[in-house]
Amino acid sequence: MASTMFRTIQIHPFLIRPAALFRRRNGVFYCTMKSTQTQTATQEKQQPPKVKVPQHSQSKTLDKIAKDYEAIIGIETHVQLSTLTKAFCSCPYNYGSQPNTSICPVCMGLPGALPILNSKVIEFAVKLGLALNCKLSLNSKFDRKQKFGITRVHMEEDAGKLLHSGNGDYSQAITSLTFNYNCPKSFRVDLNRAGVPLLEIVSEPDMRTGIEAAEYAAELQRVVRYLGVSNGNMQEGSLRCDVNVSIRPIGQLEFGTKVEIKNLNSFSSINRAIDFEISRQAVLHSQGQGDQIVQETRLWEEGAQKTVTMRKKEGLADYRYFPEPDLPEVILTQEYVDSIQSSLPELPEMKRRRYETMGLSMQDVLFLANDVNVADYFDATISSGADIKSSANWIMGDIAAYMKNEKVSINDIKLSAQELAELIASIKGGTISGKIGKEILFELLAKGGTVKGLIEEKDLVQITDPAEIEKMIDKVISENPKQLEQYRGGKTKLQGFFAGQVMKLSKGKANPGLLNKILMEKLNAKS
Amino acid sequence: MLSTIQTPRWLSHLPSRGHTKSCSLYTLASGQPVTTTSLPAADQSQIFSIRESLLSRHLTAAEVAQSYLSRLKQTEPQIKSFLHVSEPEKVLKQAQEIDKKISRNEEVGPLAGTLVAVKDNICTADMPSTGGSHILEGYRPPFDATAVKRLKDLGAIVVGKTNLDEFGMGSSTEASGFQVTSNPWDLSRVPGGSSGGSAAAVSARQCVVSLGSDTGGSVRQPASFCGVVGLKPTYGRVSRFGLMAYASSLDVIGCFGSSVADTGILLHAISGQDARDATSSKREVPDLISQFISPSSLKSRPLEGLKVGLIRETVDVGVDTGVKTAIQGAAAHLEELGCILREVSLPSFSLGLPAYYILASSESSSNLSRYDGVRYGNQASSDELNSLYEDSRAKGFGPEVKRRILMGTYALSAGYYDAYYKRAQQVRTIIRKSFKAALDENDILISPAAPSAAYRIGEKKNDPLAMYAGDIMTVNVNLAGLPALVLPCGFVEGGAAGLPVGLQMIGAAFDEEKLLKVGHIFEQTLQGYNFVPPIISDVL
Repeated sequence: MASTMFRTIQIHPFLIRPAALFRRRNGVFYCTMKSTQTQTATQEKQQPPKVKVPQHSQSKTLDKIAKDYEAIIGIETHVQLSTLTKAFCSCPYNYGSQPNTSICPVCMGLPGALPILNSKVIEFAVKLGLALNCKLSLNSKFDRKQKFGITRVHMEEDAGKLLHSGNGDYSQAITSLTFNYNCPKSFRVDLNRAGVPLLEIVSEPDMRTGIEAAEYAAELQRVVRYLGVSNGNMQEGSLRCDVNVSIRPIGQLEFGTKVEIKNLNSFSSINRAIDFEISRQAVLHSQGQGDQIVQETRLWEEGAQKTVTMRKKEGLADYRYFPEPDLPEVILTQEYVDSIQSSLPELPEMKRRRYETMGLSMQDVLFLANDVNVADYFDATISSGADIKSSANWIMGDIAAYMKNEKVSINDIKLSAQELAELIASIKGGTISGKIGKEILFELLAKGGTVKGLIEEKDLVQITDPAEIEKMIDKVISENPKQLEQYRGGKTKLQGFFAGQVMKLSKGKANPGLLNKILMEKLNAKS
Repeated sequence: MLSTIQTPRWLSHLPSRGHTKSCSLYTLASGQPVTTTSLPAADQSQIFSIRESLLSRHLTAAEVAQSYLSRLKQTEPQIKSFLHVSEPEKVLKQAQEIDKKISRNEEVGPLAGTLVAVKDNICTADMPSTGGSHILEGYRPPFDATAVKRLKDLGAIVVGKTNLDEFGMGSSTEASGFQVTSNPWDLSRVPGGSSGGSAAAVSARQCVVSLGSDTGGSVRQPASFCGVVGLKPTYGRVSRFGLMAYASSLDVIGCFGSSVADTGILLHAISGQDARDATSSKREVPDLISQFISPSSLKSRPLEGLKVGLIRETVDVGVDTGVKTAIQGAAAHLEELGCILREVSLPSFSLGLPAYYILASSESSSNLSRYDGVRYGNQASSDELNSLYEDSRAKGFGPEVKRRILMGTYALSAGYYDAYYKRAQQVRTIIRKSFKAALDENDILISPAAPSAAYRIGEKKNDPLAMYAGDIMTVNVNLAGLPALVLPCGFVEGGAAGLPVGLQMIGAAFDEEKLLKVGHIFEQTLQGYNFVPPIISDVL
């Protein structure tokens, strides 16, 4: 049957979504997107991108074999756009909602229903296109694509090429289908995800290693999160990467047979799957079995840490594209594009450059710019006048540790950036000691409140009056004659003991510098 | 029995169309609110006749409904226009609501009490909507098509769902998955198609007006075959929301009536932009109603100076002599009315047919893929998913639908796209330009609506190419997206009382107003013809 098009079911557990494509001039990004966000989704915690370098499990011989070959890697990413409603109807989409609770005649593909384009999809597509330095074409047309099991609508540029804008599927995209083969009457189809907008980003085959590919994906995730066009969560499938891997003997110009790998749910699985695939192909080549590398789709099996054949390609799929008759051409004005361009936020790369010029170390830069919320918090802290290095240290040290322990994101902590700046200033200005600062930090993180209020409430102001400190030192020395004798007898380490006692007596409020200075004078004032 | 039905007074107007008797514009009685300022004479329009009768308390809506329902009940067993008829009690109940409002002097909509039949590929929330296909047997949509909703909002009562060629694919209504409809003029003949049920229902006065759809002539050709007025609006004039898609870039919802005025009033009611159809036009809908003036107030040559182009290719070889004669008579009548008649040649005209069948089949192959038996409609029982799809479709679709899906799939396939789909699109552009040029030179173009009058049931059923060839007069208009009005202009021999022939008038995009004006004057001044089929003129 020629026609299973407008169908909503898909038999395979993965989904390909409609996609808006952005292609960069020399080929770098062909993007894919899929979006999951909605009101609830936006509140989800976003795990910052993290690329772990796995321990190399390959044997040395494998490494040796692999050295003779060069891998060519391209990535196709689907990013689910975080529009409030679906691409072609006004149904909201919330990840994890009950099956078929967010559907209407349009996304169900009922007879007589027609798609209406969500303008936010175009806006997000343009945003991402501009952020990735794609060249936009102002006129885009929708094409309809036919596929067994699902149908999607592609919006692509006409022959000219350089652009690409969003596309989405409407009646057709399906997501999860559970089909019970033994009992056909009871299979279920969940159409909630039908019509959820995805953007597709396709890279040029420019990458050579798994770690490079994983870093590319992580940067893409940062970009979509910085832009707010997607939550980028890989676990929910809001960001999905399919990679194409081929290898060729070093020095050869033509590409080898490429293999597509799916089911990559994390950056580290991207990394490991690619490295595994490179080894697998290199071994086959080195054993003269290069012809066993066939164009196919393979699945990454996380448990076994290997790729396995999912399906062999039977020639090129014929999608029978034709111009979509239900959706008019999308015509963007230059003013519209310019207004989006001027509203683009600072992107990860720009942010890293700026942090670098502020004198932060590369490690600080990478940490702070990794998560847009952390970066925003940091920026707000320093714009409240806090010292740059101290701000970085507090955020990366105690605050990060707190977030990790409590499993919260920076948006969940009660300490505002302004109060963090106040805290840093209070320590720097000597109002409180660093130690007190750390102590009240946790209270501020958990309960909020102001630094000033807390200092006042708990009477935490540092004691900087030498006479008062001297009094306390005298008291401690007079109460510990034995230790004094030992100290003076040469056991100078006991200085710490005295300092500790005085600090304890002052309830931690004595200025440490003054304390030490006066204490030394007293201890050493033999006579 | 028919003879026992008491004919309400106003029904005596029915067969009297075409007379030049003077009738002044009605002033509606008794201070009832009237939404339109200038109304057609009641004997030119059943809709206004009904409205006048209701507001003047000469009849109740229930009486009007009852008279149509009775005729429907009497004629339906022979004609079989309907796939679903509303329960009479429901229709009467809606009519009684209107009567109550009138008795309380409350405002009622301009279509209050008008019984409308709706082609079964147009969705109705409270009735089955099958598209004439077994694959949707028993399917009830959860919404009304925009056109249906607008009619209901204006007070119209939907009396039932009419038969059609499955999903609109056919020209005789024989490709319906359920039944064959007969032509009221000769029960052994087809009513045309695909909107054969809607045309036959108006022709047999089973309803006042009806909705059809026109992808390649599906309103105009059956209007011609059944001797009624059929209007295919400009693409985008009427929302397609709720119309089951056949070929989305060509499909339009169209109107049937027993007069030009009724057809125009119906079009006016359903026109205008719809947020649920991105291809519906933003253009304002002009007043399509006030131009239906009484012939008595016409000048002697009311269409003086109107430039009319007769498309030469449509009165050429392959067209029945009787049809040609009727069209020539109609052309002569237009000249008498003052029109400047000339022949216009559209050399690309014959290319329209193959281009249409490629484009329409291609789009249908995509549009019909939604019918998989899973989410709605008939589901074959199967142990396995793929065979469930396959069996549902194999059993659900009829042979004509399968043929077009196959053709369309072929035309869109890699390696054939350029030779078929792409070339057909190029032809479409040429046709659009040639019509534009011809309409820049002429106010309207005229042609027959079909190369022949109604043919016999079964005559072309097994010869798809002959059936397709019958669409030659109409498909170009869809490819160009233009409006066209078909109205009866004469007869050829056949049946007991002759078979009607329709004249097609083609206008510039969004200029339905001019077509309706010219059509109305043509209709009101045409003498010597009675376009009421014998099956009911016995009764009336």
